[in-house]
Amino acid sequence: MKKFKLNINNKEYQLEADENTPLLWAIRDLIGLKGTKYGCGIGACGACTVHLDGTPVRSCQLPISVIENQEITTIEGLSETGEHIVQKAWLELDVAQCGYCQTGQIMTAAALLKMTPDPTDEDIDNFMSGNICRCGTYTRIKKAIQFAAKNKL
Amino acid sequence: MEEEKKTYSRRSFLKVTSISGGGMLIGFSWMANLMPNIALSKEHPTKDWIKLTGFIEINALNEIKLYSPNPEIGTNVMTSLPMLIAEELDIEWETVIVEQGNYDTPRFKSQFTGGSMAINMAWIPLRTAGATARQMLMQAAANQWNVPLKELTTTKGAVYHSATSRSLSYGALAAAASILPIPDKVPIKQNTEFSLIGTHQKNVVGKKIVTGKPLYTLDYQEEGMLIAMAIHPPAFGMQLKSFNAADALKMPGIKDIFDIKVYKEGYEKNALDTINFNHLVIVAGQTIWEVMNARKKVKVVWEPIKESKEIVGVWGGKKEELTPAGLESTEGHLKKMHEMQKKQGKILRRDGNPEFEFEQAHQILERTYTAPFLAHNPMEPISCFSHITDEKAFFVAPIQIPEFIKQNIVANLDVAAEKIEIKLARMGGAFGRRLYGHYMIEAGLISKKMKAPIKLIYTREDEMTAGLYRPSYMVSYKAAIDKNNTVTAIHIKGGGIPESAIHENRFPAGAFDNYLAEGWEIPSNINVAAFRAPGSNFIAAAEQSFLDELSEKIGKDPIDYRIELLQRTKEKSIGKNNDYDADRYIGVLKKVKEESDWENLKLTDKKYGVAAYFCHQSYVAHVVELSLGEGAPIIEKVTTVIDCGIVVNPEGAKNMVEGAVVDGIGNSLFGALTVKNGKPEQQNFDQYRIIRHNEAPKKIDVHFIKNDINPTGLGEPPFPPVIAALANALYKATGKRFYNQPFQNDLNN
Repeated sequence: MKKFKLNINNKEYQLEADENTPLLWAIRDLIGLKGTKYGCGIGACGACTVHLDGTPVRSCQLPISVIENQEITTIEGLSETGEHIVQKAWLELDVAQCGYCQTGQIMTAAALLKMTPDPTDEDIDNFMSGNICRCGTYTRIKKAIQFAAKNKL
Repeated sequence: MEEEKKTYSRRSFLKVTSISGGGMLIGFSWMANLMPNIALSKEHPTKDWIKLTGFIEINALNEIKLYSPNPEIGTNVMTSLPMLIAEELDIEWETVIVEQGNYDTPRFKSQFTGGSMAINMAWIPLRTAGATARQMLMQAAANQWNVPLKELTTTKGAVYHSATSRSLSYGALAAAASILPIPDKVPIKQNTEFSLIGTHQKNVVGKKIVTGKPLYTLDYQEEGMLIAMAIHPPAFGMQLKSFNAADALKMPGIKDIFDIKVYKEGYEKNALDTINFNHLVIVAGQTIWEVMNARKKVKVVWEPIKESKEIVGVWGGKKEELTPAGLESTEGHLKKMHEMQKKQGKILRRDGNPEFEFEQAHQILERTYTAPFLAHNPMEPISCFSHITDEKAFFVAPIQIPEFIKQNIVANLDVAAEKIEIKLARMGGAFGRRLYGHYMIEAGLISKKMKAPIKLIYTREDEMTAGLYRPSYMVSYKAAIDKNNTVTAIHIKGGGIPESAIHENRFPAGAFDNYLAEGWEIPSNINVAAFRAPGSNFIAAAEQSFLDELSEKIGKDPIDYRIELLQRTKEKSIGKNNDYDADRYIGVLKKVKEESDWENLKLTDKKYGVAAYFCHQSYVAHVVELSLGEGAPIIEKVTTVIDCGIVVNPEGAKNMVEGAVVDGIGNSLFGALTVKNGKPEQQNFDQYRIIRHNEAPKKIDVHFIKNDINPTGLGEPPFPPVIAALANALYKATGKRFYNQPFQNDLNN
């Protein structure tokens, strides 16, 4: 067990944990932020996506020991009240079915729009294809991303 | 507005009783022990909720709470079911507070999420609940104003008496209304009077979802809660022999390691008690990561199972189930299924003299179709919270039909039925997997043993390899064709592991004078489960691919040929038990022809395919257009027409249909759970391919048939036929017919 400091959503958390603990479980179990989801544990589904200094990463693949002072943003940090343009677009297009994967989808989409404010269909496909949605809301997600890009909300 | 601020507290229950015709009767009963609490001050409106029927609560601040009775798996019934109440109650939807009802089936009657029946079953009862409460509120106003009931109207949560320009909010009337006798036979609106039903209302949980609120079982946490994980055999046909946990127990955070037998010896399983591994090693500890690590250090010895027979419950009865010994393989399964196809099957239906027609036939077209096991793979892996104490047996669980797990909990956890409390958490997908609540018993046993609140967690690998898959299937379709290119007989023969998918009374039964359906089953030690549109999800694909090939063989347009056959059943239906309505079937085919611009499509070099199917009381036709890309086809467009009767929340319904289209295409292109020596060959999403963004259709055009039929199924019906429309379009693109799922295997060869 070692001591770690994590900067999550502009707040510093101190924790004592095994150094190999994936960031996902640190965020969910030790810190208690439940918006970041577990889907596969092998980086294949994207449900656990968070931003590390603005870059989307799979938190299930990132041991807490490798994080050094980077800023971590989870869905709760994007906007707790749903005011981020991507969250608003998701609500506008009524995207969710079961909703479980959507926080991961939103985190990836937010990163895409930051880098590519006006993405083509192909940009969206390329950037979003690491995020699985078993309910099949893909066409709606694409529309929501385009809606967010166009309307800047 | 005049406000009366008395608060009463009284409970009412809406009684809904099944009647033999499949309809519902509605009535009320009351708990008489609660007297109105008149001590509360008139000056201070309170937020005490006053119950009007089991589904509605109103407080003196005029806040209105509606309960959604059914467990939510993602079909958005938490929006559409309360809409039914609100429509008749006559309130402003925007101000409604919707809450998920917890397990209380005596109160909610139908807490059944399965078979695409949620809206259908609730259509009359929930509207009647709303209308009844509205009438009671009106009666309370009538009493207060001393005017006849018939002079009153309601709008947006208030009662009006226009002659005297008086009005009172529902909040002001709720207390008085709640002590009135329950009126009988309250009329509900005519379909033409709807103002909320048929309008788009957004998902009431939308904001909580996009902000990551803890809605799911996996998110649930309690002070002092322990985490538990199970170790199950690595292969079907194996069981626990012994284990050594000495090293694992020394790992940080670990509290205990022990084995459990989920169901007691001799427990007679009911239809939804299916389980694959009854004897598990459990690791319980502080955190998920610690339990995961310790679990790897447990040394377990497995042994082969012996053949066994037991009596199990099935829908509407009981049967003897054989569990064979041995380590099964997909390859062996296919071999066995081919052997069964050569033997005589059980006759399921026989019209005319099909054998004679096949002897006389000028030509015979015969094709065999197969599909593998599928894992449900809901995005949220299985988890269940349980805390069993002397006072109660408390669960937070993802469970589609909580009432059906009750007797299992009573029998295997030794708790009294009245002590069971289940919080129905939102489910991160289900697709049928969460009909089977064995994990609730597992969690309960662990809580009892640890004397603590615990959350049982399955990893993705645990879930994917523990079984309860969609059965694997094989079926042959055979048509006798005479010299005039007329089809004179149809023969369907098939089965599955461990059950057949043949619906012998579905189309094309009824369209041919000579028809034979035969089925068989092969027992297996790999147990299966209902999977979105059970049986239909395979047989529709086979039937509709065969009809496509058959229409081509006899030189007819595939849509026209289907309509011609349906027209024939309309005019002269063969047999008495055909379970579909030819008119509604024809309706979706005609509409899809129009909406897909079929006649013009045929003049282009586009690659397209059509299919239609009836299941869960609804009718769906799809046209899929695609082109061939690298690695997977590019689905350019899907045009879907569905006749599911009246649509309650059209945009939500569209979302469901789009999802079913994506799901059907994804599972039939890529989905397969194969086994080798009893061991599942896919353990996680790196090996089990799920359709992704770049493979989803570029466009899905959904059209609803407008009619006045009470709502029928929506979540499942669009799923099966899109598989055939895809196969038929792939044929146009490649010149090859696709008989075996997943199609991607043959596409790459």
